Amino acid sequence: MDPHYSLFYVFHFYLFGVIALASALTFVTRKSPVAAALWLVNTMFSLAALFVMLDAQFIGVMQVLVYAGAIMVVFLFVVMLLNLGDPSELAEARGKWWKLAAGLVGLGLLSEIMVILRVKLPQQLVVPRGFNEQQLQKLNVVGTIAEPLFKDYLLAFELTSVLLLVAIAGAVVLGRGRAAGAR
Amino acid sequence: MLAESLALTAALFIIGVVGVLVHRNAIIIFMCVELMLTAVNLTFVAFSRYYGAAGQVFVVFVMTVSAAEAAVGLAIIIGIFRHRQTVDLKDINLLRG
Repeated sequence: MDPHYSLFYVFHFYLFGVIALASALTFVTRKSPVAAALWLVNTMFSLAALFVMLDAQFIGVMQVLVYAGAIMVVFLFVVMLLNLGDPSELAEARGKWWKLAAGLVGLGLLSEIMVILRVKLPQQLVVPRGFNEQQLQKLNVVGTIAEPLFKDYLLAFELTSVLLLVAIAGAVVLGRGRAAGAR
Repeated sequence: MLAESLALTAALFIIGVVGVLVHRNAIIIFMCVELMLTAVNLTFVAFSRYYGAAGQVFVVFVMTVSAAEAAVGLAIIIGIFRHRQTVDLKDINLLRG
């Protein structure tokens, strides 16, 4: 089932994986929201590289545009609007015992997930060998996602637009503030 | 590369969970939630190699939902900041009984 991977591929896969992990760790340990946001952007970028290596080029591009671009810029805008760039205000996180408890919860969850990951995968659902490459040849990179999106998942796609509309309306209403909302 | 991707997903997800539990700054907590969502996306992409492109379609949906969530959540944070002049979750306890 597993095709053979070249050393070049494996090396870069591990490289980007380690970069993602290291910048995620740096991200959670930062106190300043701006530094945290920039480290998170770094994580998103290396995850985009991993997506490209896993034959999901379109998702990789979306990751850079939507996550590293749009969403993180919105976060930084809010930090700027509320003038929260100074880390000293919220310098101390929660107490020592709380941190310890959080670490234990994290370890417990991690071991649970690792156990779940050892479950045998359903083999009858696996697509035949070469199917993905064949689809890629036939429909090219965007088409492989667009075809199921607009055929099998059309209803979900349309409902997503309703979700976005509601989110826009909600953000505008919440952002307008009290003075406008009271009337 | 499936096993490595899943292990990386688990590690990133747990980093996000621990970040949510440890931090007090509402904006950083939101970023941790985004990290968890992205980690799950990696699972979808890794499985889509074996189970067809539907996994990548789900990633598109997850991205849309997280974008909507970020917009509304940040608007809520701005609203809270207007009332209380802080985003420290220790001071935001209106619903505590």
